[in-house]
Amino acid sequence: MANKPKVATCSLAGCFGCHMSLLDIDDRILKLVELVEFDRSPINDIKRIEGRCAIGIIEGGCCTEDNVHVLEHFREHCDVLVSTGDCATMGGIPALRNTIPLRECLEEAYLKGPSVYNPSGRLPGDPEIPLMLDKVYPCHEVVKIDYHLPGCPPSADAIWETLVALLSGKPLSLPYGLIKYD
Amino acid sequence: MTDNASVSRQVCGNFGNDKGRLMDILIGVQAQAGCIAPEALDEIAKSLSMNRVEVESAATFYAFFSDKMRGRFVIRLCNDVIDQLQGADRVAAAFRAELGIEFGQTTADGLFSLAYTPCIGMSDQAPAVLINDRVVTKVSTDMVREIVQTLRTGKSLEHLKLTLGDGNNSHPLVRAMVNNNLRERGAVVFAPYTPGVALQRALSEQPVEIIKIIKASRLRGRGGAGFPTGMKWEFTRAAPGERKFVVCNADEGEPGTFKDRVILTEAPGLVFEGMTIAGYAVGASEGIVYLRGEYAYLLAYLEDVLAKRRAAGLLGRDILGKAGFKFDIRIQLGAGAYVCGEETALLSSCEGKAGNPKTRPPFPAQKGYLDMPTVINNVETHCAAARIVENGPSWFASMGTKASSGTKVFSVSGDCAQPGVYEIPFGITVQELLARVGATDTIAVQVGGASGRMIGPSEFGRQFCFDQLATGGSVMVFGKGRDPLAIAHGFMDFFVEESCGYCTPCRVGTRLLRERLGRFLEGRAEAADLDYLEKTSKVVKNASRCGLGQTAPNPILSTLQSFRSEYERCIKKNGTVFLPSFDPGKAVAVAAGIAGRASEHFGTKKGGVKA
Ligand SMILES: Cc1cc2nc3c(=O)[nH]c(=O)nc-3n(C[C@H](O)[C@H](O)[C@H](O)COP(=O)(O)O)c2cc1C
Ligand code: SF4
Ligand code: SF4
Ligand code: FES
Repeated sequence: MANKPKVATCSLAGCFGCHMSLLDIDDRILKLVELVEFDRSPINDIKRIEGRCAIGIIEGGCCTEDNVHVLEHFREHCDVLVSTGDCATMGGIPALRNTIPLRECLEEAYLKGPSVYNPSGRLPGDPEIPLMLDKVYPCHEVVKIDYHLPGCPPSADAIWETLVALLSGKPLSLPYGLIKYD
Repeated sequence: MTDNASVSRQVCGNFGNDKGRLMDILIGVQAQAGCIAPEALDEIAKSLSMNRVEVESAATFYAFFSDKMRGRFVIRLCNDVIDQLQGADRVAAAFRAELGIEFGQTTADGLFSLAYTPCIGMSDQAPAVLINDRVVTKVSTDMVREIVQTLRTGKSLEHLKLTLGDGNNSHPLVRAMVNNNLRERGAVVFAPYTPGVALQRALSEQPVEIIKIIKASRLRGRGGAGFPTGMKWEFTRAAPGERKFVVCNADEGEPGTFKDRVILTEAPGLVFEGMTIAGYAVGASEGIVYLRGEYAYLLAYLEDVLAKRRAAGLLGRDILGKAGFKFDIRIQLGAGAYVCGEETALLSSCEGKAGNPKTRPPFPAQKGYLDMPTVINNVETHCAAARIVENGPSWFASMGTKASSGTKVFSVSGDCAQPGVYEIPFGITVQELLARVGATDTIAVQVGGASGRMIGPSEFGRQFCFDQLATGGSVMVFGKGRDPLAIAHGFMDFFVEESCGYCTPCRVGTRLLRERLGRFLEGRAEAADLDYLEKTSKVVKNASRCGLGQTAPNPILSTLQSFRSEYERCIKKNGTVFLPSFDPGKAVAVAAGIAGRASEHFGTKKGGVKA
């Protein structure tokens, strides 16, 4: 099928747990592949979005300039963006550093921490390493986000229901059990 | 350093170790020891047989209490909207420079502390500061230098030579630099008063008749909410309870409201007479005036008026010879908390607790002070009630409009030639009032204080009354060149500061709203932020527990209505997919500095432009 809608996914400052949860839809992945074509995604290792995408699934918030760059790219090429998981929607665990100034974080990690071995006494500055942002931003503080899917990670069923609803244009029903986390 | 524990023990003793008087005990310890230290909390808890945490909860609630030593002179500068327009920032800078400390700090010699405070009820003579319980008005930068030098050398407030204000402000027991600026006296509150006349008339009727008279006058509460006073008294009279109370709400914390201060200065007898009549009508024999801590300079004077009334047989037992009718009044000082003007928070505070609002119902008329039926009325309402009994309900109802009878005492501040207090019958239009106060080129009027509404010229033809433009008295005038959104932002600062923090929608919502409004002022807003402001305002309004949270979004909701184009003018389109509130260049700047190289994607060029 040539004009199947495209879906792209990415993991920004996340742990890939949300992607694992996506894979947890098990055999429904076959149905999904029938419904959509995967554009850029860690699943197929395509790095840049190749065509217009219907849906972009974002895992993780923005911790580095590269995260922002990827998110910008997604916003430019996807009709609908879904912030998936607590990192994307709220910053999650990475955002724990937000109360500490960036320089202090880096010094603790690379210079002063009790287990640090760093004879050069320098903070890493290799151009290969993307610069960190002053703090971790949830995605909706960077670009417009269309939907937020909570959970750490959201369950496979929740992700599945969301994708099906978006693709079929039907109203989404997420029973309480699917978005209840305590 | 004074020994906190022994001071605490002694102060508790002075109040008979009564935990119901915790508020006065804390005020006493703070005044005598200079702070309420951890040892003081232990000692107070022991003396009053309370849990320490209960004492701590009250001690940490009020702005005027502190757990660390403060300077001998605590200087509190009002930084509310009106003062800001009148140059409070310059005054703040002068204090900083003169003392070499920031706000929130104390000088090394232990003499001075600097703090900000919301409206201290002097908006018609701004900028104003409180130095301990002394008020200094119309402060200039020159005065700052003089004040600091005098206090530094003299080390006593007595050395401050302040020009005394008009009327009773220069009474020997007041001696304050405050001015009444009483520009118009009406027929009700500021008419000549002879002690006892209204009370005599009241005592010649049956209590239920008094309630009928108040109902017939159609008097509604003057504190803001406008509840029919006669009905409130009737409920309290009908409610079962072995003791009943009459409370006068003199907390007057709504920014821009200062009419109760002038009433208490010029007509305190009338206020007490109204309370006594209320006591007779509902069957109460105890009254409490809740006087905001900022007005502590009036305390000795008011106590003296009470003493004279006792001596004249207007308070105490068998009042005016009426066998069996007794009534007396005590004054409860507050300690710097706007929310304590809310009636249930006020009662919590009178009971010696943190000023947290209670859930209503039950209403105070059923379960108020000490869970007993309680009438709470504003200062001005008590005055009006006394006059109605004196002159008859139809006399009163013939003034004002049908639904809003009588006069209203307005306190007008801001951009006008004659700010001050005006007693005028209800029904006057904004336009007419603006003309009387000498306001020209007015672009906006804030009606009812921070919790009220901001209106633009298209509404200046409307009337002040309960069903059009309701106000507890505050009218703030803003002239040409003022920015309505910046003013609204100032009011949001006030609510963020004064939320008691009990419920999340109010505690968090006020911050979210202020931050989002800030985006408009900083040119970082997008169109969707308008929708966000509206939705979040609704949540805060509907989900907050007390009137503070329920009205806190009003500065935003009313400017969205009256000054929408101002918001729209601030909306930014930046030509990228980034939100205007996100600046990638700024977000990477710190790391770029540390790494000593430019960002790969968001270099030195403007945010959002790819390198
Ligand atoms: C946050 C808040 C602050 C208030 N402050 C005052 C006040 O300073 N003075 C006052 O009379 N009423 C104030 N009120 C209204 C009181 O809760 C109450 O309605 C009023 O004292 C009743 O008296 P009235 O019927 O004579 O107006 C406030 C209400 C809220 C919600
Ligand atoms: S939300 Fe949880 S599972 Fe998803 S990326 Fe964050 S930490 Fe991992
Ligand atoms: S609405 Fe605000 S002030 Fe009122 S109880 Fe809740 S947090 Fe406290
Ligand atoms: S005293 Fe500053 S606004 Fe009222």
